[in-house]
Amino acid sequence: MTVTAPPYREHPAQAVPPGRILRYSFRERVVHWLAALSYIYCLLTGLAFWSPWLFWLAIALGGGQISRMLHPWIGLIFIAGVLQMYGLWARQMGITDDDRAWFRSMRYYIRNEDDKMPPVGRYNAGQKLLFWGFFVCGILLFLSGLVLWFPEYIPWSLRWLRYTAILIHASSALLTIGLFLIHVYMGVFAERGAFDSVIYGDVTEDFAKRFHPAWYKELFGSAPRRK
Amino acid sequence: MSQETLRIQKISAHAGAVPGEGTQREFQVCKLIDTTTCIGCKACEVACMEWNDLPFGQTVFDNTYQTMPDTRWNYWNLIRFNEHETEDGTLMWLMRKDQCMHCADPGCLAACPSDGAIVQYTNGIVDFQQANCIGCGYCITGCPFNIPKFNSETKRVYKCTLCADRVSEGLEPACIKSCPTGCLHFGSKDDMKYLAETRAKQLRDHYNFPKAGVYDPPGVGGTGVIYVLHDVTEPENYGGLPKDPHIPLTVKLWKGPLKWLGNLAMVGGLIGLFVHYLRFGPKSRDEEFETKREGEQP
Repeated sequence: MTVTAPPYREHPAQAVPPGRILRYSFRERVVHWLAALSYIYCLLTGLAFWSPWLFWLAIALGGGQISRMLHPWIGLIFIAGVLQMYGLWARQMGITDDDRAWFRSMRYYIRNEDDKMPPVGRYNAGQKLLFWGFFVCGILLFLSGLVLWFPEYIPWSLRWLRYTAILIHASSALLTIGLFLIHVYMGVFAERGAFDSVIYGDVTEDFAKRFHPAWYKELFGSAPRRK
Repeated sequence: MSQETLRIQKISAHAGAVPGEGTQREFQVCKLIDTTTCIGCKACEVACMEWNDLPFGQTVFDNTYQTMPDTRWNYWNLIRFNEHETEDGTLMWLMRKDQCMHCADPGCLAACPSDGAIVQYTNGIVDFQQANCIGCGYCITGCPFNIPKFNSETKRVYKCTLCADRVSEGLEPACIKSCPTGCLHFGSKDDMKYLAETRAKQLRDHYNFPKAGVYDPPGVGGTGVIYVLHDVTEPENYGGLPKDPHIPLTVKLWKGPLKWLGNLAMVGGLIGLFVHYLRFGPKSRDEEFETKREGEQP
């Protein structure tokens, strides 16, 4: 057993084993999964409405009618999660000069040559892009989704609202799918330890030093922390 | 619908081939509405409700000869009334029988995401199959004529069927049968076009309607309901009949280029990520970053 010795650095609900660093608080993890699971439901049912070749997804999830009925409600949970995330993270997501430098040297990141990357804080520029992409697209999906939810109440004279909403909803959904694929790939496959961190909340010090050195420095100063 | 399966040429949101496409020797049916001889008696409205067993609703009197402002989910056939002032200052009462136009290229069907909720028979009739309807209302967005109407109770959309049940038995639609002035005709598209053009010529040559013509809009591939109008250059006067109806541009973009672009990007993205993993692998292959739990040393 490693999770034994106090003192914890955080509230017991956010306790981490010695030698590890709390990366995501309990609240952050809950909000992440609230948004993630509701997004995945909307993604699957949305894809069913997107293409006849994927309509079986709606059948598998209880039928077309149920999917049509639940998709907007679950969408509301998703947008609530996105707004919570905005409250939690917006201030940490400002794009800095380092981030711009990060984008310029992204080819090294893609080749896993992370030591050639500019210093990264709690979030790297890609994560910030994901955040703002999901925030903006989330708002667009919400607004266009409201129109699509109740098409029968849009009067004929305002039909341009429906015409616009249908295109915005699909386009912004496609953008989030791109972000989502990369996010899942990075979190589950590419960065070992990242998926665990959004479940348990903590990462190893090596993880922090390697992928988020500026964040590590911010937490503990420049000197490596004694284990 | 079972016996009709082989008589279906288009199916909404259908993956793969359409069972009836090109398998039946059918001609296009067509309803001809001669607005110049309509007296606004509403017999067709009543006949529609009678034949289709539609539940009654409140009518709305607005000091005109129109039964209600718009068609409803349970009122598929509405005579639209307009008191039109002509160029010489005289008044004309324009009556137009409004209902589903049964487009050759139906916007409702193009927009529908539910397999088999909207079909087009080989005779051209566009029919909603409420059993397959999921109630999303995309057909409302796709239709350039404001025809599909949503029922909030059943969460389904309804509209004129061109009495597909009667037509399949060799009968004319109920509205046609009830018309007392003979302004409604039913037959093959070719016959109706000929009759309509003949009538329009008559109006031009002998009745002082030089702009008389036939409304069969090419923007939606032609329609299964065509009109003879006194003035075909201004169809809007007839209760908002659109001048150049077509499937909304955004619906076309959404179902056309965006769909292909999106599918390509999604599949390409998945392949790209997989190839990236094979080429570069994870950022770290050792176990050091994995969370160590019970029984393990940090």
